[in-house]
Amino acid sequence: MARDAGVSPSGTDSPSPSAYRRREESITLAPVEEQIDGVEGSETTEELLTLNFGPHHPATHGVLRLLVTLQGEVVRDIKPIIGYVHTGIEKTAEDKAYWKVIPIVERMDYLSYYFNAMAYCTAVETLMEVDIPPRGQYLRVIHLELNRIASHLIWLGTSALDLGAVSIFLYCLRERELILDLFEMSSGQRMHTRYFQVGGVIEDIPAGFEAKLREFLKVMPERADEYGAILNSNEIVLQRLRGTCPLDAETLLSLGVTGPLLRAAGNPWDLRKAAPYSSYDHFSFKIPVGTVGDNYDRFAVRLAEIYESVHIIEQALDGLPEGPFITEDRKVSLPPRHELATSMEALIHHFKLVTEGFRVPPGEIYSPIESPRGELACYVRSDGSSKPARVHMRDPSFVNLQALRHMSRGSYIADMIATTAMLDPILGGIDR
Amino acid sequence: MPDATGLELLAAELGDATLETVYFRERATVVVDPVQIRSVLASLRAHGFTFLASVHGVDHYPEEPRLGVIYELLDMGRVDRITVKIRVPLDDPRVESVTADWPTADHQEREVYDMFGVVFEGHPDLRRILMPEDYEGHPQRRDFPIGGEPVIFTRDESKWLETRE
Repeated sequence: MARDAGVSPSGTDSPSPSAYRRREESITLAPVEEQIDGVEGSETTEELLTLNFGPHHPATHGVLRLLVTLQGEVVRDIKPIIGYVHTGIEKTAEDKAYWKVIPIVERMDYLSYYFNAMAYCTAVETLMEVDIPPRGQYLRVIHLELNRIASHLIWLGTSALDLGAVSIFLYCLRERELILDLFEMSSGQRMHTRYFQVGGVIEDIPAGFEAKLREFLKVMPERADEYGAILNSNEIVLQRLRGTCPLDAETLLSLGVTGPLLRAAGNPWDLRKAAPYSSYDHFSFKIPVGTVGDNYDRFAVRLAEIYESVHIIEQALDGLPEGPFITEDRKVSLPPRHELATSMEALIHHFKLVTEGFRVPPGEIYSPIESPRGELACYVRSDGSSKPARVHMRDPSFVNLQALRHMSRGSYIADMIATTAMLDPILGGIDR
Repeated sequence: MPDATGLELLAAELGDATLETVYFRERATVVVDPVQIRSVLASLRAHGFTFLASVHGVDHYPEEPRLGVIYELLDMGRVDRITVKIRVPLDDPRVESVTADWPTADHQEREVYDMFGVVFEGHPDLRRILMPEDYEGHPQRRDFPIGGEPVIFTRDESKWLETRE
């Protein structure tokens, strides 16, 4: 079996292990001394149990596999093993015209598809120096924040499910339905909407969207109050969240963790405030932060973010400017349908855009936005052709997963389940 | 972002490690000598760029040196970003790992190794991360073909392994 430099499996010559075992051999666990290190009164002679957790386990929130080393019931080491849903999205993107990449990158982090599209579109727009009309920016903000709420609702529901609170999952999905109905209204799709385009959004919101959205905005804070009331008076949930697996902001920063996990530890870093994009500086909103950075803070920060998102959408809807929703630059965006019937030029533009796509000036760009899980950035390298030479997503789940080991070491295995839930990993984004 | 002048000043401070500076679309990039990457990142950290946001790879096919590794640094206090880039040749893609200084680079360097075959010397656990560990080749390289990936089912797994040995 050919293997590249740097790694050599131990014991390849051992008497005929099964093919399955042979492929496992390169995974080495941390030395026993390191795993037990820092535990008072522990003897290295004490037996350690290695537990294979996942990849098919309801509490791993996807196809995540964890090799957990246990001393009794206490977690001593965690090794995440990922790649089970790697689909080569970044490779596929290199084979598509720029505008055809959007539906592919949307499928990475499948709960925050608007954010994936946004990160990619802003990267390409910066390369092309395309300006987004104000209405397009506001429509983007509305959909991004709706998507943030939807993503947090799924997180809240599935996390509560892990903690034994079953009914909240149904309530969360009930509200998410309302959001998906709105997405269906504006774009025709409930998930992976392809609504964001390079230069703006594909279509204006239809009649009746605003009324329905206002209805939702009225309902959502009340429902979020209810979630808080249910969970904050549930003694079991509180005991499993309060004071479990805290991690300080400094360690989190060294591990590259951003988003609600970092804010729960008291660092108010949020790109929407720090480096506003897409008119986020027009809206007033607060950034919820925690104090000690335990699981309860992680829960409370995300729940509070739902209210702030509602607040942002309200302002964006009230101040929604008139005008075009996508750039008028015909070299980038498709001409409207009625122009095709009368204008030869529009027909040529349409033909060029659909067949070849637009060309992007050569260069490289790294464009970060704030996703529900942290800094989601898209790196695009263009070689001047109509296909990207490299698309890379800096997915927050992928980076944040490294913190799980540091959070859970020395805690009970039950707390590790709660921590995995509060980490909010999306395996589609991790594996890409 | 440091402006164009700020970038030049910063590059001058890095001394002979700097190979090239690029100021493009209001983003600052400094291309540095791959041998000195650790000291460059350390001196930028002293400048306030204390957060390593991302490490990712890129293939400059067909130009040599082909493989690139990009380090995205962030200064949270001043909301400032700088991109540090290195280029290594395909026949000797070795670069020192920065995981010891920046723990966040662990998984990301493994991904660059997996996808591009850049070997990070001194990395504590350099294994493939996304592809299966017996996979051959580095799929994100530009000359790696798309398609033709065999689908392995359990029933013919042993047969498949035999043919590969």
